[in-house]
Amino acid sequence: MIIRRILIATALCLSLFSPQRSIAQDKSIVVASTTSTQDSGLFEYLLPIFTKKTGITVKVIAQGTGQALDTGRRGDADVVFVHAKSAEEQFLSEGQSLKRYPVMYNDFVLIGPKSDPAKIGGTSDIAAALKSIMAKGAPFISRGDRSGTHIAELMLWKQAGIDIEKEKNAWYKSIGQGMGAALNTAQASSAYVLSDRGTWLNFKNKNDLQIGVQGDKRMFNQYGVMLVNPDKHPNVKKDLGQQFIDWLVSVEGQKVIGDYKINGEPLFYPNANDSGA
Amino acid sequence: MNTDASALQLVLAVDPTLVAIVLLSLMVSLSAVLIAAVIGIPLGALIALTRFPGRGMAIVALNALMGLPPVVVGLAVFLLLSRSGPLGSLGMLFTPQAMIVAQAILVTPIVAALARQTIEDLWEEYRDEFAAMNVGPVQRIGTLIWDGRFSLVTALLAGFGRSAAEVGAIIIVGGNIDGFTRTMTTAIALETSKGNLPLAVGLGIVLIAIIIAINALAWWARRTGERYAG
Amino acid sequence: MTENMRPPPSDLPIAFENVTVTEGSVTILDRLSLTISPGEPTFVIGPNGSGKTTFLRAAMGLVAPTEGRVTWGGRDGVSPHKLAFVFQRPVMLRRSAESNVRFTLSAAGVPRIEHDGRVAELFKLVGLDGLQKRSARRLSGGEQQRLAIARALARDPSVIFLDEPTASLDPAATKAIEDIVRTITARGVKAVLSTHDLGQARRLANDIIFLHRGRIIETGATSEFFESPRSPEARSFIEGDLLV
Ligand SMILES: Nc1ncnc2c1ncn2[C@@H]1O[C@H](COP(=O)(O)OP(=O)(O)OP(=O)(O)O)[C@@H](O)[C@H]1O
Ligand SMILES: [Mg+2]
Repeated sequence: MIIRRILIATALCLSLFSPQRSIAQDKSIVVASTTSTQDSGLFEYLLPIFTKKTGITVKVIAQGTGQALDTGRRGDADVVFVHAKSAEEQFLSEGQSLKRYPVMYNDFVLIGPKSDPAKIGGTSDIAAALKSIMAKGAPFISRGDRSGTHIAELMLWKQAGIDIEKEKNAWYKSIGQGMGAALNTAQASSAYVLSDRGTWLNFKNKNDLQIGVQGDKRMFNQYGVMLVNPDKHPNVKKDLGQQFIDWLVSVEGQKVIGDYKINGEPLFYPNANDSGA
Repeated sequence: MNTDASALQLVLAVDPTLVAIVLLSLMVSLSAVLIAAVIGIPLGALIALTRFPGRGMAIVALNALMGLPPVVVGLAVFLLLSRSGPLGSLGMLFTPQAMIVAQAILVTPIVAALARQTIEDLWEEYRDEFAAMNVGPVQRIGTLIWDGRFSLVTALLAGFGRSAAEVGAIIIVGGNIDGFTRTMTTAIALETSKGNLPLAVGLGIVLIAIIIAINALAWWARRTGERYAG
Repeated sequence: MTENMRPPPSDLPIAFENVTVTEGSVTILDRLSLTISPGEPTFVIGPNGSGKTTFLRAAMGLVAPTEGRVTWGGRDGVSPHKLAFVFQRPVMLRRSAESNVRFTLSAAGVPRIEHDGRVAELFKLVGLDGLQKRSARRLSGGEQQRLAIARALARDPSVIFLDEPTASLDPAATKAIEDIVRTITARGVKAVLSTHDLGQARRLANDIIFLHRGRIIETGATSEFFESPRSPEARSFIEGDLLV
């Protein structure tokens, strides 16, 4: 009697594995993307529109840009949708993808506590603000996770003439987590943090955080999308993946991106036509 | 998911997205526990009833495996199931099945270790009678499992608690994909990262309520069962 | 127990040849040689710790001798279905009284269709009729003792070992068990019992094995043992002042 029970249980388990799998492979793609894209709410808005039109389910894995590119390198995703141009070009040069498509941009904002211990209020010069933070030893939260935002942050320190690897001290905390976690940490410890605007606008736990610096051209944040090279990873669903990319850069897809707003403020600016982006 | 709803509203209103997440969580956890039961209970029984060199070490190892770090298991399963890994061709990474596998690995040692203890204690008690009745090995194991069933259910509940509360392994191998591999715990992690703390708390309350409900159900079943079988 | 006459039981005689059982440095049985023959009950008596339980277990084949050997009907191995044992403290399986008996029946390979009939007959024999559906572990001590006997008899044994079966029973229950022993003896089952109840040994025993500190001090017919004990230990045990 017990043996029969065990057999039934095993059969149940096995049956659980097979049919679901076939559904999963039915017209769906895996997109490795960034936490900021997910946390901004863009996918929740955009994907249902795409799925309704094409019948393709898009499964999004939200990671840091570097991790998302690695997911593509291992062949675990069909499409990568990230924001760090230099890392993307590296990906292309490795032959991991054959073409990069610019999709949209938004900008980074420097977030800080309303008390503004580094006295950066009002400036739109990010380099000056960072220098002031360092000079005052005001707490600063870094993503520290090789994400697009992290890479951008490191670039901004460099452009401000600061070798952050050398200068960093107790005031500079690298947390190795996503954008939302970094904002939560900054909120809890009254620290400065670099965020993409989309995540910031969608962030619910702002409390006494506010935008410190915005509008500096150096804080421009370009998103690109790439199909993982099917010659390297035969399992890549190149037709479905390409369909997704084509839609994102199409007139319709670009309009949907531009239409996504929080409190009337757009989060992303479509620029697929800007071939230099 | 409606991110504007307050925690309480979310708990009270039957949000279909939330229902889907709850069902997926239950499906993953219960499947993992089922697999753990199918593997762990006979394994525990085997170790309880046999004597072999290194048995003491095996028991220590089994007990230690109860504390396997979820992220390490998640990472190992991830590397195994990745397209570039040895089992990549199964295409199982970032699916509920991958989460079940990872959680089954976490839960099986718990079930096996507790089952071994239960069955060994019972075996000490029954051993003479079994020898005198000349009970064969199959009937022996079956009887010990059946007579130990109430304690074994407790072992399964311990396993269920671990898998239902777990986030480290499944977020790695499942990818926290909206509507596909998003469970209660990964949703809580995500909502926390979005700064949506009321929703995260609401989900947490739902999760705890479900765990309590399942334990209450098991307790009630045990009491009723014991009244008749004692 | 439907057939009254059985072929001569092949497990008998049970012969001990110089049997020693040691556990670590403790010698529990010390060079025992004797024979248990078919017929009326054999009783093992002796003070606490003298080795009665160990002796019965060795006779059942549950304990292997450290030295010497035990044979059953001239053979070394135990014929698996023909011996039964009622332990000093029987353990009931966690299920109903009836299921405990059914369990033994299926372990003994009795076809399922015969179970109902056998269960009814055994419950009547041990006087537990009506308690079939009760949880075995919730029965009283005396009821559990009788259920253990029913369970042992379910194996349709040729020899049944009963280790102090009436030690914790009231006079009525004791009498009930003595009656069961008489009944099964009449059916050709050899009973081997241990007891501290000398009256019981007088009433039931054909022959006595007297153990003291793991040794056989005396064996012999019951009347002889009680009327003219040869050893001083047996004499003082019968008079009630032999201590361990
Ligand atoms: N497994 C064992 N290890 C060590 N000593 C044992 C073991 N089994 C029995 N003994 C010892 O052997 C002696 C005989 O034990 P046994 O149970 O055979 O006595 P008994 O005559 O049945 O006693 P009682 O009348 O109290 O039931 C006791 O001193 C007991 O402590
Ligand atoms: Mg004894």
